[in-house]
Amino acid sequence: MSIRPIDVMAIPLKSTHFFIFLLLLSNIFTPIISFGLTIEQEREEFYEELLLRPLPDRKVLAHFHFQSTAPSSNSNGRHHHLFPKAISQLVQKFQIKEMELSFTQGRWNYELWGGFDPISSSNAKPPGVELWAVFDVPQDQVDASWKNLTHTLSGLFCASINFLESSTMYSAPQWSFRPATGNIRYGMLPREAVCTENLTPWLKLLPCRDKDGLSALMDRPSIYKSFYHSQRLHLTSNKSGPEGMNPGIILEQTLTVVLQPNSQRTSMTYSGEKNVQPSWSLSSIFGRKVSGRCVLAKSSNVYLQLERGLVAELKKNKNNGVGNIASEGFWSGTGFELSVRPDKVFEEENSSHRRGSSVLFEFSVDKYSDSQPFDLGLKWKFPVTWSSEPAPLHASRFLMGSGNERGAIAILLKSADLNDASLGTCSSSNGYKFRVDVFQVVPWYVKVYYHTLQLFVNGQPKAVGDVIEKIHVSPSKDKISPGVMEMVLQFPCDVKSAALTLEFDKGFLHIDEYPPDANQGFDIPSAAISFPNFYTSLLFPGNCSVDKSPMLSKFQEKNPVLSYTEVLLVPLTTPDFSMPYNVITITCTVFALYFGSLLNVLRRRVDEEERLLKSKAGKTAPLSGLLSKLSAKLRGRPQETPQSPSNSSSLISSKLLLKVFLVAVLAVAWQYYFG
Amino acid sequence: MEKKEENKRQRKKIRGGFWRWVIASVIFRLILIYFPQNLNLSSRPEVSTPLTSLRRLAEGYWLKQASMSPYAGSMYHGSPLLLSVLGPLTVKRIEGQPDHVLCSLLFVIADIMSAMLLRATGWKLQVAYRESLKALDIINIVESSDILASGDIAALVYLWNPFTIVACVGLSTSPIENLFIILMLYGACIRLVPLAAFGWVMATHLSLYPAILIIPVILLMGYGLDAPPRKLFLLKGYCKIGDNNSGNIHCEQEEMINRSKAQIIFSRRPVVLFFFWTTLWSVYVLVLCGISVKQYSGLWEMFQRTYGFILTVEDMSPNIGVLWYFFAEVFDFFRNFFLIVFHVNILFMILPLAIRLNHRPCFLAFVYIAISSMLKSYPSVGDSALYLGLLVLFLDELADMPFSFFIFCGYVGISLLSPVMHNLWIWRGTGNANFYFATAIAYACLQIILLVESVSAMLNHDRKLRKLSVANLQDGKS
Repeated sequence: MSIRPIDVMAIPLKSTHFFIFLLLLSNIFTPIISFGLTIEQEREEFYEELLLRPLPDRKVLAHFHFQSTAPSSNSNGRHHHLFPKAISQLVQKFQIKEMELSFTQGRWNYELWGGFDPISSSNAKPPGVELWAVFDVPQDQVDASWKNLTHTLSGLFCASINFLESSTMYSAPQWSFRPATGNIRYGMLPREAVCTENLTPWLKLLPCRDKDGLSALMDRPSIYKSFYHSQRLHLTSNKSGPEGMNPGIILEQTLTVVLQPNSQRTSMTYSGEKNVQPSWSLSSIFGRKVSGRCVLAKSSNVYLQLERGLVAELKKNKNNGVGNIASEGFWSGTGFELSVRPDKVFEEENSSHRRGSSVLFEFSVDKYSDSQPFDLGLKWKFPVTWSSEPAPLHASRFLMGSGNERGAIAILLKSADLNDASLGTCSSSNGYKFRVDVFQVVPWYVKVYYHTLQLFVNGQPKAVGDVIEKIHVSPSKDKISPGVMEMVLQFPCDVKSAALTLEFDKGFLHIDEYPPDANQGFDIPSAAISFPNFYTSLLFPGNCSVDKSPMLSKFQEKNPVLSYTEVLLVPLTTPDFSMPYNVITITCTVFALYFGSLLNVLRRRVDEEERLLKSKAGKTAPLSGLLSKLSAKLRGRPQETPQSPSNSSSLISSKLLLKVFLVAVLAVAWQYYFG
Repeated sequence: MEKKEENKRQRKKIRGGFWRWVIASVIFRLILIYFPQNLNLSSRPEVSTPLTSLRRLAEGYWLKQASMSPYAGSMYHGSPLLLSVLGPLTVKRIEGQPDHVLCSLLFVIADIMSAMLLRATGWKLQVAYRESLKALDIINIVESSDILASGDIAALVYLWNPFTIVACVGLSTSPIENLFIILMLYGACIRLVPLAAFGWVMATHLSLYPAILIIPVILLMGYGLDAPPRKLFLLKGYCKIGDNNSGNIHCEQEEMINRSKAQIIFSRRPVVLFFFWTTLWSVYVLVLCGISVKQYSGLWEMFQRTYGFILTVEDMSPNIGVLWYFFAEVFDFFRNFFLIVFHVNILFMILPLAIRLNHRPCFLAFVYIAISSMLKSYPSVGDSALYLGLLVLFLDELADMPFSFFIFCGYVGISLLSPVMHNLWIWRGTGNANFYFATAIAYACLQIILLVESVSAMLNHDRKLRKLSVANLQDGKS
């Protein structure tokens, strides 16, 4: 009992103390914490987003988009909270203004998967590795910076990017690849195999790696089983922040995957039809679910995008009265069903496209957790067929000719469909002309004759000057630099097809310059074809969340439509690798034959002359006699000189014998004493 | 009198025959020019090397028109002068005519001119040969009833040689290079110093290797045309002085000795003049080149891209020589060594040949041309055509050359086999590089045999002359 009051007394006392302590603490620290928080908000941010889109050919596009931003380096010192240090060091060391590195496996199918939207023109990349960088250094140091950068990146990403170091592998495009940049270098490795050892270092740059958040979906087997995957890293640094929108460094990492969902035949009524879209869910395509967001991410959203063509088709069906009409809203009513209710629905602001406007469903991952994972599923109620919007002209490239001596490269541009929006845009802009930029890099062993450039518009040959508005060629130098061709083509609006051909000779390489599998052939990197009159932008109505989302703001940027052509495989003639020694010896033998036989003919004398020489030698001084003897010996003929030959020869031989004897004695002595 | 008339008529007939054959060769070329696509000669490795290909020249001209240096890129390696002459012709198209018809016509004209110059040189040589034989009193060796003069035969052989025709129709610039070499020889033969100097400067400028021909040209200028060894004249002169004492003949002999001495004495004046003209022409050519490459990066780049390209064998596309495969296979650290060795091989032989054949400068020129066209870095059949044409000039001297039938068969066989092997390797993919290289080796060996045998035949001929003249002298004595 006696203890109780004390206890009772003690508790309030303690608690008050504690409260005071807390108060003090808060008084001291709140400004600091709040200050720190505000700075944090201004500074390093990380966003993670995932866009899913059903594709017309029963596949699903998944586009991961991660963005980290860091403020300009001087205010922050060397330390970062979220931003990967390796990247910021890279930027500081090589003075990179902008850089993009992409690892791609597979080829983006421009016809089926679309060529007019932001994803296809900025995330569909040529196979292999593509790297370009803009440096903020004087013109003469750009090459050195580029070389160091390739080495650093190859260490960072476990890839053979360092092959881009050699001057035969990179080029400096002037204006066609990216407008208005001087210090740009561009390189491509079409045959780089991309695999999980490239993905792991890429994931290491994310604050949550692949442990949490959306990146946890990246199940390696399902990603590398895909038809197309492209992992990309885009870096923008803005040193002097004030006029720019985002001071500091922006690191944008995207992974674009085209997957084939395992078809779950749920829509029984239409299962007989072949073109039934497969229903899918995140867990069925990736084998995993999202268990909450990455705690370090500022926002973590999943989007589902329905293309313009699909929306138009669905609307048509709705009007026909097939689906349930609008009471539940568009998202669940027409032809498909979502397993999760979307948080927001955006409809594109449609300006020029007649096809309809695409629809975007937003799902926030914040509220999900381990116990209740996020698993978005899409179930089709009835079959829908639609087509993605293609690029204004479908570009393809192929080789012509046979044999290993020469050939021709042809780039074929085919108009996709004439009744479409492209025509309207064309006629309204730029004086009824249709502009196409072509950028093509050719390795030096494909020796292009640029004077053989031929152009065909709608199957008719055209004079080069009529169509080409601007051309810049830097021809290839053997073993020094690749050939670069940049062109601006102006076509009339009613162009149906256009082709340009260039002839080339195939080079012959030194035996060491061939790769181990020389007979496989050599790759010509993809050409980039852009349509500056056409812009990709998905404009969603002004909304705060749209502005916040870096991916959607990226979509809103007005970028020209860009598509890459195929990589070409050129078989080159090989020498015989097995017998360099034979070639060397045989050639040298031929040279020896020439030299020896000609010299022999020149110094051959007939007998009389020789006799004359001999008689002269007999008369003259001993020196010349010795000389003649020497020459006779060389000629391999016995010489009969009149003066006592036996005497001298015996003298020589006795001396020789003496010497031989001396050496033998020495040898025996040596053997005896030291052996 | 009747005989003479008959001879004249016969000669006229023969001459008429000659011209008929020349016209026939032109017509034959024109016919071939009209089927360029079917023959596809311009892309044959035997015809167009990186140095002589007209396609590369067109590329260089295109680059120049696009205000870039014609040497940007590794396409064109020829002279800028050739570019400004032939370049416009490559662009001009005549409706209904095959491409490059103007260039082909130019090459045909060049071929005809070379043939005419060869003929004139041949006549000169023959006259000199007969005169010198007369001076040595060896007339029986010359058959005066030749069907044709060796100059005419040389011209016809040059015109009708399949190699020449192929090089002319196949759009390579070697007819022009050959023209300048022959022009130089002709100029030196008629002792027209400026012409010889011009030919030498242009030939060197176009294809570097004719630079070594300066030695035969100087010998031609100094000693005059090909003749039997000078020792024979001296010997003969002395013998005759010793023998004859009667005044009248004595005078004649004195004259003859003087003449023969005059022949023997090296006349410096034309040589000095030649050097003067050479510097003049080369300065002129350099200035012209400098003007045409001025706005790019100057003469240094031109030297690097033309002579440097020839000397460093950068292009390893197959041709009929042996160096391309050698340098495609040789280890990189030996490359410089072998470059030096192979080029020195050409230079090594200059001095021994010049010492041994200094009395026959034209033949010496032939030997040099044959050596360089065998060992040069990018040989083509055009070069072979030139030395085969020149070879015929010495028809009388080389009449008893051994293996001539074998060599002829070898040439025929290799010119048939080499395209087959090339086709197997490059187009069908069933063959191997070694197949084609084997023909190149065989061709090189054949050329070596031809060269060695012709040199040895020429030396034997000199020996024969010597024997004959000594015998003559002894006859005269006894």
